[in-house]
Amino acid sequence: MNLTLKIWRQAGPRHPGELVTYKVKDISEDMSFLEMLDVLNEELNAKGEEPLAFDSDCREGICGSCGLMISGDAHGPERTTTCQLHMRSFSDGDVITVEPWRANAFPVIKDLVVDRGAFDRIIQAGGYISVNTGSAPDAHSTPVPKENADRAFMAAECIGCGACVAACPNASAMLFMGAKVTHLSELPQGQPERDARVVSMVDQHDHEGFGGCTNVGACSQACPKGIPQDVISTLNKDLRGALRG
Amino acid sequence: MSVATTTSSRPATARRTTIGLKILMAGTGLVFVGYLLLHMFGNLKALAGEEAFNDYAENLRTVGEPFLPYAGLLWIVRVVLLLSLVGHAYAAYSLWARAGSARRTKYAAVKTAARTAWMRWGGTFLLLFVVWHLLQFTIVKFSVNADKQGPDVQQNPYELVVASFQVPWNTLIYVLAMVALAFHLSHGVFSASQTLGLTGSAQAYRRAKLLGHAVAVVIVGGFLVPPFAILFGLIK
Amino acid sequence: MTDTTVNAGITHGLYTDGDPVADTKAPAGPVQDMWTTRKFEAALVNPANRRKLDVIIVGTGLAGGSAAATLGEAGYNVKVFCFQDSPRRAHSIAAQGGINAAKNYKEDGDSVFRLFYDTVKGGDYRSRESNVYRLAEVSANIIDQCVAQGVPFAREYGGLLDNRSFGGVQVSRTFYARGQTGQQLLIGAYQALERQVAAGTVQQYTRHEMLELVVADGRARGIVARDLVTGEIETHAADAVVLASGGYGNVFYLSTNAMGSNVTASWRAHRKGAYMANPCYTQIHPTCIPVAGEHQSKLTLMSESLRNDGRIWVPKNREDCDKDPRDIPEEDRDYYLERIYPSFGNLVPRDIASRQAKNVCDEGRGVGPMVGDFRRGVYLDFADAIARLGKAAVESKYGNLFDMYARITGENPYETPMRIYPAVHYVMGGLWVDYDLQSTIPGLFVTGEANFSDHGANRLGASALMQGLADGYFVLPNTIRDYLAKGPFEPLAPDHPAVVEAQTSVEERTARLLAINGERSVDSFHKELGAIMWEYCGMERSEEGLLKAIDLIRGLREEFWRNVRVLGAADTLNQSLEKAGRVADFLELGELMCIDALHRRESCGGHFRAESQTEDGEALRHDDEFLYVAAWEFGGGEGLGETGRPVLHKEDLVYEAIELKQRSYK
Repeated sequence: MNLTLKIWRQAGPRHPGELVTYKVKDISEDMSFLEMLDVLNEELNAKGEEPLAFDSDCREGICGSCGLMISGDAHGPERTTTCQLHMRSFSDGDVITVEPWRANAFPVIKDLVVDRGAFDRIIQAGGYISVNTGSAPDAHSTPVPKENADRAFMAAECIGCGACVAACPNASAMLFMGAKVTHLSELPQGQPERDARVVSMVDQHDHEGFGGCTNVGACSQACPKGIPQDVISTLNKDLRGALRG
Repeated sequence: MSVATTTSSRPATARRTTIGLKILMAGTGLVFVGYLLLHMFGNLKALAGEEAFNDYAENLRTVGEPFLPYAGLLWIVRVVLLLSLVGHAYAAYSLWARAGSARRTKYAAVKTAARTAWMRWGGTFLLLFVVWHLLQFTIVKFSVNADKQGPDVQQNPYELVVASFQVPWNTLIYVLAMVALAFHLSHGVFSASQTLGLTGSAQAYRRAKLLGHAVAVVIVGGFLVPPFAILFGLIK
Repeated sequence: MTDTTVNAGITHGLYTDGDPVADTKAPAGPVQDMWTTRKFEAALVNPANRRKLDVIIVGTGLAGGSAAATLGEAGYNVKVFCFQDSPRRAHSIAAQGGINAAKNYKEDGDSVFRLFYDTVKGGDYRSRESNVYRLAEVSANIIDQCVAQGVPFAREYGGLLDNRSFGGVQVSRTFYARGQTGQQLLIGAYQALERQVAAGTVQQYTRHEMLELVVADGRARGIVARDLVTGEIETHAADAVVLASGGYGNVFYLSTNAMGSNVTASWRAHRKGAYMANPCYTQIHPTCIPVAGEHQSKLTLMSESLRNDGRIWVPKNREDCDKDPRDIPEEDRDYYLERIYPSFGNLVPRDIASRQAKNVCDEGRGVGPMVGDFRRGVYLDFADAIARLGKAAVESKYGNLFDMYARITGENPYETPMRIYPAVHYVMGGLWVDYDLQSTIPGLFVTGEANFSDHGANRLGASALMQGLADGYFVLPNTIRDYLAKGPFEPLAPDHPAVVEAQTSVEERTARLLAINGERSVDSFHKELGAIMWEYCGMERSEEGLLKAIDLIRGLREEFWRNVRVLGAADTLNQSLEKAGRVADFLELGELMCIDALHRRESCGGHFRAESQTEDGEALRHDDEFLYVAAWEFGGGEGLGETGRPVLHKEDLVYEAIELKQRSYK
């Protein structure tokens, strides 16, 4: 198939950017979206134009590196990561707009590459259980009801790609944070730091400049792992609990 | 990129977080839901006729006597409502402003987030409507019906209501407000449940969504009955 | 079967023989007591002195992330580097199956010794007993540690951890978190690491790539790294350097590794004197989704568990290869694994399943799209399983894998058979380390897939995660202190000749790559290298093929430094430049892998040597000649891309606790 791409090009963090139009030809429907961009990059390189910068690593949907806004959809029209989006989801002649994640907390580094360091800093603020290596009791010493373990796992599936922020009309990272808070709050190991964790993480979230949540649910719809909005409820509940306590 | 900053031992400022704002919004929103249910109940008295309706209006002013002065409870309610309105709007506009500054560069290709737009623009429209509504029925008490003017109409709540809703454009404004209210309630009730942390499972989440729709249908349905009854001449 | 005159690969003039190398750190005595003894004998570092000691860790996967967190907790001053935008992206995250541990929670006869035994046997007797025993010994602690961190392993209704049997072993010792065990373990290590970043004991350098090792006065004292965002070339000094930079499977271009996985950190250390051990030991995984076309950028693995219920076949006749498989009658299908290995059938070990798939495709009986001159795929058919168990049962067992397959290929595996083909998945080879995980450069430690130590010539399923975390949480923190106790070393002056040399060489190399401005893209070189490696140094190797490959690689490397085109600038994010540096190193590594493969004239573990097979075509190992680790010393080389003849140092393998046996799956 032949496609018209309008892609955001920006030379650096402080440079202005613009959408540049490219045409690509003979794209196979078996290609992934990123492989289609690889093809474009080979062509640009051959023409002596600097290839497009975009993040990707595992290309199997788990590392969370890739993430593009494709014609207004985070990770494109399917519920998956950009690397697992295949060209069979598009048709010959389509015009596709490709933009980086847009959020002040995710500044653009170059072209489609953004800095998601804010996510690391939110985790640093409390997204962990404080246990030093070697001090752990036997793994069977604390049984965890399967129901809680399963919900913890569901929340822990978050890949930290940032699609929730990108899709959110408020550029809020509540789904990312809610997933981590829920993961740890569902487990007995996570209880001692439950209150302090949520206060500190929410504080860091706001400090990073993410927007507030308005419970719209665009985040969950964009999430390639399908993390449900109810993790944000758990986050809210934990924060309320921390305020009372 | 570069070295991450450390963030340990920050002060607990949870109340001032965006979630704190949301809790304020949810709490004040629920006050309005409660008030709307009462208001709707009162409006439906119109179906029982002029006497029932005007008695009800008068009773609102005398309830609690003699512990409270005349219209005492009403004023308490009005103060609570006013404070809630201020809190609700403050939280809403703060979050709105914050959303704007959290994404200064907008997307070129946008799939609009309809619900947020409904809440924000719809909420703003509701705010304007409430001002209009209060001027019309509480503060100034004027009739928009050219055929029915004068103190008799203005000082008789039932008459004023009937006179007003016999005017189609006035009813249209009301209906539009109710449509906005329906969207606002269906998302707002769910949203409040979510904000208050009552939807922490898939099941509770679905229930809260349903509850939102149900509350919207009941309240807006209840509110629309009297004006349509008036417009179609069932109440005269 | 062996011909020692030819085997003296020296005659090809490709390498020279050096002195033997031996591990001097494992204490004497029975293997069961070694680790306890070593932990006791390793010198301690006073807690007050720890913050004066700087440790650099390169890589934030399971091996690096866990080590950084643990050393940070202990109070050392840690700097951790990764080329990704966050430590959480390291490719450990993609491991699906599980992690082994000798917990014996199922009371099914498992023990530390059995895990040790299985690992040595699985490695086809090419690993070091002392290291493997220790791995099995600390495996149980890993599970405890991870559970305490909140890793959500699968649980039973009673609330206790679930286990499954994995990779053909007879005990259930594999802990798992659905098909995302690697992800969950990595997130656990990542969170522990971020906690230390917050505590100030660890400094985290993301989007930084190590491009050179600084060896000053005989010790590894730091690294030169490029800030991938600003392009700045930075030198970071430390008292010890740990490489946890993963495996080099991407030398094959197409592999299940991440796009960024590379050998540069290891290769730079190798050029500075660290021996590279058994570089040709590569694991090829049989159940990957086949290549769809020339555009393919990577391969995706599907869990091996699919072979429990799926039947593997190809058409008996070539002319059926492009037919709809459902129209090929039963009698025209060749269930070749069931035919050749009646007792194991579709459950033969990974290397056999992979090699036979290649054989039938090479015969022209492969299926799927033509890629080059071949169809590279075989059917994995669930029609029988669906008929026997019902679609619902198959869906509950394999649903997520079927979905993944459908998403990638656009085909519905419930209706048409899946197509699979082997792909490079893991490398057992890596930098040589002693029992302390220290390389031949004092102060340079190597952990995880980047070292060679534990898996011999083939790795058991669910053991990679175990090794990464064992090294990072429990082994390295205990052994590195014996070295650090000698420090802090004299501060490394910025004008120390070693620093100047390292920094200058990186700057020159970068400038050179940008200045060539030739005709071909980096990817085109990488693809060509990968094709050579896959063809001649993949599942089946022969002397003729390997010699040819060495020639081709040398030619390609020469062309690379003359004709590559890298656009953009050095002082900005430049992904082509990053790739170019990595491919340049792959072009050197590829040659060493071929030389190693050439010299090892035996079929062993994951690889098959055409000249070394039994009469009925099975792998034949030669313990009399090759019971050693081949540790290669860099052969020198002045100019960019020039390499001299490597020097072979042999470490003899001694089996005291376990008896040597030849395996058989017939």
